[in-house]
Order: sequence, then structure tokens, then C-alpha cells
Amino acid sequence: MTVRADRTGLDAAEAAGDGAGITRRRMIGYLIAAPTLMAGARFAAPEEAAAQVPNIGITDFQDLSDVLTYAALPTMGLLAVTIGTDGIARFAVPRSENGQGLTTSIAMIIADELDLPMDKVKVTLAPARPELLYNQLTGASNTIHAIYEPLRLASAIARGALMSAAADRFGVLQSTLRTTAGEIVAADGRRIGYGDLAEKAAVLKTVIAKPQLRNAADLKLTGTEVGRVDARDIVTGKKSFAMDMMIGKATPTMLARAPTLNATALGVENASAVRKMPGVEFVEVIPHTEFVQGGVAVGARTFGQCIDAIRELKIRWSKGTSDGLSDADVLKELRANGLPMTPALPGKAIEETFTFYFRPGDPLETNTAVADVRSDRAEIWSAMKSPILAQEQIASMLGLSPSAVKANVIEGGGSFGRRLFCDAAIEAAAVSAKVKKPVRLQWHRTDNFRHGRVHPMGTNKVRGVVSGGQVVGFDQRHTAVESDFTHGLGELFSALAVKLPEANFLSFSQTVFYFTADNPYNVGAGAPLLNEIYTYNTFNTSSVRNVYSPDTGTAREVMIDRLAKELGKDPLDYRISVAKDDRMKGVLQRVKQEAGWGRSLPAGVFQGVAAHREYKSRVACVVELDMRKATVERKVPDALTGPRVTKLTYVVDVGKPINVLGVKAQIMGGAMDGIAQALTYSLHLKDGLFLEGSWDNAFYMRQWNVPPEVNIIVLPANTDDPGGSGELGVAAAMAATANAYAKATGKMPTEFPILHNRSDLGFDPQPSVPSIPQAPTDGLTRFGVRPKKKKKTAPKRRTTKKTGGS
Amino acid sequence: MPNHSFFVNGEKVTVDVESDVRLLWVLRDILGITGPKYGCSGGICRACTCHINGKAVPVCTVPVGKLRSTDKIVTIEGLGETVGKELHPMQEAWIEKDVAQCGYCQPGQVMAAVALVKDAQAKRRKVTDSDLDALRNVCRCGTYPRIREAIKLGEKGMPAPKRKKKRVVKKKPAARSSSDE
Repeated sequence: MTVRADRTGLDAAEAAGDGAGITRRRMIGYLIAAPTLMAGARFAAPEEAAAQVPNIGITDFQDLSDVLTYAALPTMGLLAVTIGTDGIARFAVPRSENGQGLTTSIAMIIADELDLPMDKVKVTLAPARPELLYNQLTGASNTIHAIYEPLRLASAIARGALMSAAADRFGVLQSTLRTTAGEIVAADGRRIGYGDLAEKAAVLKTVIAKPQLRNAADLKLTGTEVGRVDARDIVTGKKSFAMDMMIGKATPTMLARAPTLNATALGVENASAVRKMPGVEFVEVIPHTEFVQGGVAVGARTFGQCIDAIRELKIRWSKGTSDGLSDADVLKELRANGLPMTPALPGKAIEETFTFYFRPGDPLETNTAVADVRSDRAEIWSAMKSPILAQEQIASMLGLSPSAVKANVIEGGGSFGRRLFCDAAIEAAAVSAKVKKPVRLQWHRTDNFRHGRVHPMGTNKVRGVVSGGQVVGFDQRHTAVESDFTHGLGELFSALAVKLPEANFLSFSQTVFYFTADNPYNVGAGAPLLNEIYTYNTFNTSSVRNVYSPDTGTAREVMIDRLAKELGKDPLDYRISVAKDDRMKGVLQRVKQEAGWGRSLPAGVFQGVAAHREYKSRVACVVELDMRKATVERKVPDALTGPRVTKLTYVVDVGKPINVLGVKAQIMGGAMDGIAQALTYSLHLKDGLFLEGSWDNAFYMRQWNVPPEVNIIVLPANTDDPGGSGELGVAAAMAATANAYAKATGKMPTEFPILHNRSDLGFDPQPSVPSIPQAPTDGLTRFGVRPKKKKKTAPKRRTTKKTGGS
Repeated sequence: MPNHSFFVNGEKVTVDVESDVRLLWVLRDILGITGPKYGCSGGICRACTCHINGKAVPVCTVPVGKLRSTDKIVTIEGLGETVGKELHPMQEAWIEKDVAQCGYCQPGQVMAAVALVKDAQAKRRKVTDSDLDALRNVCRCGTYPRIREAIKLGEKGMPAPKRKKKRVVKKKPAARSSSDE
């Protein structure tokens, strides 16, 4: 069945033959000159593609995934799979892993195509490689979509070369050989491991090679459930994050931050006294710049001593970029700047404006980076999603050539859009350059909430027009604080282009919005439009998970429910009847069945439905929301309880799932995010600073609000195009929760999260000076190691019915 | 600087550091034990949860000077050893249920889970949904539902300690109230 690699050029699509998939784009495979076997794949006519900077805004693309995949095309060919003499296939993925499970899915694709066990595939994260240009940005749930085909091709070529080498070794025809789990087996039973062939199969000169893709039936892993490759390392504490590196060699460093956003430190009154505090090694002003948040950096023997020192610093600050502004001021601006609707068609117009408050993008690992800057070179370790840009910005800041800066991409503790910008990496480099020693920089949690990048506040005005028993018009206008897209496509040139006046808004914001603010229903004329206010660097924003869609999607879905009600139709059946495509109908029909739509529920519990399509995927979600008094008024210390989703059903069509378990995990996480954003999770802006400074202030999902029943169904492959899932689960879960709430209360919720403007904030905001709180000292008594002393009172807790102990 | 002695994962350690430095930083920055993670230094997110004499404690809340030389600290790295295996049943359950995503919070989650089961066992009952609801560990990836499943699975692998034969009648665990935590 397999023919000997003839080392002549061939169009991969043609060569695919009976191989599963890979038909859309022309690719060429290579055997690459290396000591052991190395195979790569690239898209055809690369010179043509490379010459053309992606023309963002072309309407040939169906969605944002296409734009980003297209941008990655010219350089995808430089990716290669290597087989070592140890029989292990290695691949350095030019993307960032922050929990999405990329490394697992990628290992599955390689293992399948090479016929190797999973434990013989090692996927690592590539350091910044400027030659990759656009291809090193991790965002928009795009990685698998962009990487699937070239990765399969490269693996197939490697397998072919191994078989060819084995045929030579055994002196038999290659067609009589077969592979099995990392070995090649001859008809007479002789067998040889890939590792023993790795050198023999290597080439001295890079040549074009013909791939022979395996048949779909041979791909045993793709489309199944595979556990994470790092699961064991994680639960044994071995998985290493940036702050777990260079201990003892780099100084723990934390910064005192400004009392309002983006202010710069002008001076420190007591620097010399603070330098004398125990453990303190340095105190240095790090000015706020375009790339560096800055403040006053403190280096000490331990991070605890950094905290102590920061709390003692007396710092003079400049004005910030948002001084005096509060939620209400921003809302007023948003309301004044909405784009006009198109003239309404005849019929009954139903119009509503929804407000979406600022939400944090905090991952659990705060912004962190290790930096070692020397006079002639620098090395950085951080969870970077745009490492080429970081490398170039750091080089530019330090006056070094980019090749003198090594930017190592470390696995991160979550991202949610936070790590699109490499804020910590650049800041760490600035500090290291100033103090002339390696530093381990870690943001304090409070700073991460207050000064880190947030989901911009916005309003979404929606109008549906009903006439003759149907919806004939559906218009949406989104007005938002400007999202910072100055990471461009992860590379300095496009990033600079974004900083041109108006360019951030006109190019990237509009493009991203255009490709994501999709209406998946046939509901008549109308188009979503975006207007953004304030410049991109007034607030610290970024493409927080799912970018515009949690807002635009929720507004759309709440209005769809309202319109269905107007038409006297069941909201789920109505969606099925107006869904634009069969995959959309498919997820809706399935969720109706799986969720028991319309089933009898206790009084006070309500179902809500929503659907969404993005990243070449389709989802539908049904929640059951418990609005009973006993639930809503639950008392949990230092928490916002409120209504609870008690059952969640999600049906997911990602086109072609690679790792079903990974897709389920992403959807589950997206759902937790979406429910929290619907009900409780936000930031309150007051006088130029966010009030929230801890996980007991910003009410993200916690166990007491987790749905006890969760059912996620991933549909089997129906295309050869793996869609994205990382951000896919947020919008519909948020919207379904909002719709259940609307059903319970009889009216559309118009502010998100629904409990944002609660009468009691639910926490006492930490002061802005000093910028961070001191750590508690009562752990031993509070958590039951020592008996509680009678006299001493426990630190003030917000609600005191129970102890906080778990 | 004073010396502080205590046990970590079965070994006696002595560190020379100011008494008010929290145990989290002593473990991470001085001893290089990096399983406990920094997430807030406020005792809130619980990513640094370890066991001190069997109790789950976010060690960012413990000044090292308050430790006694007999105190026994177990970090995620030493959890397996406590049952004489490479992996504790709770760690196995975590792998079985493929709980983790980014993994940053999970060492703390596992340590909290083990203590939760032991607490329930001390009260002669199974872990309840109310117990799970009371867990405060933050997981920003949103693995919470899988954490709940894994705890119930891990609990099955954790034999309840043998009781001293004091009382005459054995109470059935299910008869206990589920809301006393």
C-alpha cells in the first residue's frame, strides 16, 4: 500500500489519495537535513504567500479562524517532527500552552500518523522564532485549526522515510512492511524500532518528499478521549511554571503599583530605609511606559519580604490615564457614542440596550516572568502567547538585536487572553536591566486584578422587528471601551501598524468584531456594528476569553428569546426553525433531547437555552437555574451566592474533534466562566481604579455555585476541519443563564453580570495605598492546627455564620 | 536571623530566615519545594494548600516562626509517601478523571481534597455535596465539576481509619447529618 518516498515534489492534496482528509490546501512535504530523521511540511507557493501581508478584512473568510490560519500559512512549513535514536518523536509547537490541552492534542495527531504510542511523542513549546513571523500567536482558539494538516503531513513523511529505511535494512519491498506502535514489522516477523532507523532515515540534504497519509480507520486516537500528557506531573507538583525556575539564581521581585491605572512612579521618599529591611536586595523605580506597567520594583530573598517592603514604601505618583472615572462615567460615554440603528422596517420593533461591565481576565497564575539581562544579551522565561513580539520589544527597549534576546515560552497557569501581551516578560527585562541581575518577577494578586488586562466594558443595543408572524429585522450595535489589539498578529511589524492613530480600532477591532459578531439565525435584515471609545491604552484591556462574543452573543440570544415570546413560540423550537445551517440545527435538536427541554421542574427552577457559532464550531446550551429563596439567599462567608445553575447540558459540534476529553474540558471551563459572567463576576471601577483585589472580591465561579449536574456531549466528526473550542463555551452558557433568569423574572436582564449593581458590594475594598495587602498570620489556628485562643479575635470576615475552613 | 526547624515530607529541615516570613515562601524560595503555588497570599485561593499535622492549610497564612520543631508538613510532593506509594489514591483519581487543565491550582486542590475526605471519615461519614460546596479552592480553568467527581472517586480509595472499639453500637455513616461542616 505504501510506496517508497520518491523524493519528487508532489502536491499533498493530490497525494492524500485515500488518506483521511487533508484536501483543502496545497502543501509540500520535506525530509530535512539533520543528524536524525526530520520531516516537515509547508504550504505550496510559499514565496507568493510570504510576500503578501494578510489583508485583514477580506470577506472570503468565513470566520476569524480562517484569518489567523491564513496568516500562519506562509511559515507553517518550517515546523518539523524529529525522530530521535531513542525512538521518540519530538515536536516544538510554536504556540503557548496555558491549560488548553494543545500539547496533548498535538501529541495525538503525531502519534496517530506516525503509529507511535503516546508516551513516545514529546511536545514542547518553541522559544520565540522570528522566522515564523505571524505563526507564533496563540489566540482565538485557532491552534489546532491551523496546525492539523501540516502536522499530519510531516508525520506521514517521517513514517514513510522510516519504512523506506527499514526496507533497505531488511532487503525487502517496502510494501511488505507494516508499522505497529513505533516498530516496523516485516512479513517474516523481523521487527525494528523507529529509534534504530532514525539515523539511517536521515537525509544529508533537504529534499521534497511524498507523504502517504494513513487511512482514517488507522487513526486510533483522533476523535477519542485521551487524558492530558502532563496529568501526572500536575498532580505530583512536578509541572514547572515560570516561578518554579531559577530559584536561588534569580531574585524574587514584585512591584508596588500605582493608586490609579497607568500612573508612573515619580520618586520614593524612603528607598534607603526600605532597602535596609530584612531580606531586601533592591528598590528601584521602573517608569510606566508603553510596554511596561511599572511602579517601584522590590527585590528580596523571598516574595514575602517583597510584600513587606512594598507596604512600607512612600511613593509619589503621576496622574493616571483614568483618574476620577467610575462605572457610571464610562456608561455615560458609551451611551453617548452608540452608532445609530438602520431605519426600522415596518412592524413591531422591540429594542433593548444591554450593559456589560468590566470583567477581569485573571488566570490563577499571576503575570510572571524570569529575566536575565546582561550587557550584550538577555534571556526571558515566561508564558508568552506572542513571544516574537516580546523578543523584539525587549530587544528594542534594551538596545540589543533581537537575536541577542532569547524568549523561552513556558507553560502558563491559565491565560484567558491575559498572556496575549507579554507584560510580565517585558517588565521583568526592564527590572533585570536596571538592577543588573537576574530576577523572578511575580505580580501580586491584587495588582493582577486591578492593573492587569480586563474585558472592556460595553453596551449592546439590539432591535428586533416582528411583522407578519416572523422576525424581519435584527440589528445590533456594540459600543465598548477600546480593546487593545496592539499585539497585532504577534509580530512587531503588524503590532506597530496597529499603533498608528485609529489603526487599533479600524483594523483589528473591526476585523475581529466583523468575523465574530455573527448571527446564526435567519432573522431578517440587519448587521452588527461596533464603535469603540477611549484610546486603547486608557484602560488595560485585551482579548479576554471569547473577546466580544460573551457580550454580543448574550445580547443576541436574550433578544431571540424575547422575539420568540413575541411570536408565541418556544424559544428552543424557534431557534431550530430559524437556524442558518444544519450543524446549528443539529446541536439545538440534540440539546433539546439531552436536556429534557420543557421537563417538569420544582417551582422556582427555570430552564434557559442559547446557541452560538464561532471558531468553525457550533454549540447549544441548556441550563436550569435555581431561583428559590433558600438558594439565592445562601450564606457562604466572603462570597456572593445568588441563583445557582443546578444542571447544565451542552452539545458541541467542533467539526472534527481531535481529543474529545480536551474539548469537553474546554467547554466545561467556558461554561463556568459564562455562568459567572452572567451572574456575579465583574470589576467595579471607582475613581480610576478597580475595587476588586482578590478572589473573594471578584466573584468568579466557586464550588458553591458550580452546577452539580453537568452533561457535555461532543458530536462525532462531520467535517475534516477541526474547529476551535478554547473560548467556544463562554457565550452560550452566559446567554442561557441570562435566558433562564429572564424566564424566572418575566423580563430581560439588561445588566451583566446580573448582580453587578447589588445593594451590598459584598466585600470591603482593599486600600489603594499601599497597593497590596499583608498576608494573614493566623493560619495555624484558623485551619485547626492549633487550638484557637480565646482572647484574640479572628480577622474580620465579611459574613460570619461559618468559618471559612474547608 | 533565627533558625526554624520542622519536618517537610518526612525530613527534618532547618532554615535560617526571619520569623514572620510565611511558610509558602520558605518552601518555595528557600527550600525550592515548588508544588505549593502562589495565587493570592491571602489564604483565599488555596493554591498553596499543604498539610500541617494532617490539616489542610494554605501556607501563605503561616509565619514560619510559629512552627514547632515537631510540626509535620506534607506538600503535594510528599503526598504519595504518606500512603507508602508513588501516588496517593486522590492523585490517581485526579489522573483517572483527567481533572487538570493548566494545573496551577491542582496541587492545592488535591491536598484540600485529601483533608476533606479525612475530615468526613473522622466524622464517620462520606463526603457530601455540602462538603464539596464548601471547598474554597479557586480553579480559574473551571475544572470544578471534575474535581467533585475525582474527590468521590478518590474517597473510595482511602480506607477509613480503624476505630477504637469503645462504643457499643456502630452508627451507620449515612445516618449522620450532611450539613455539620
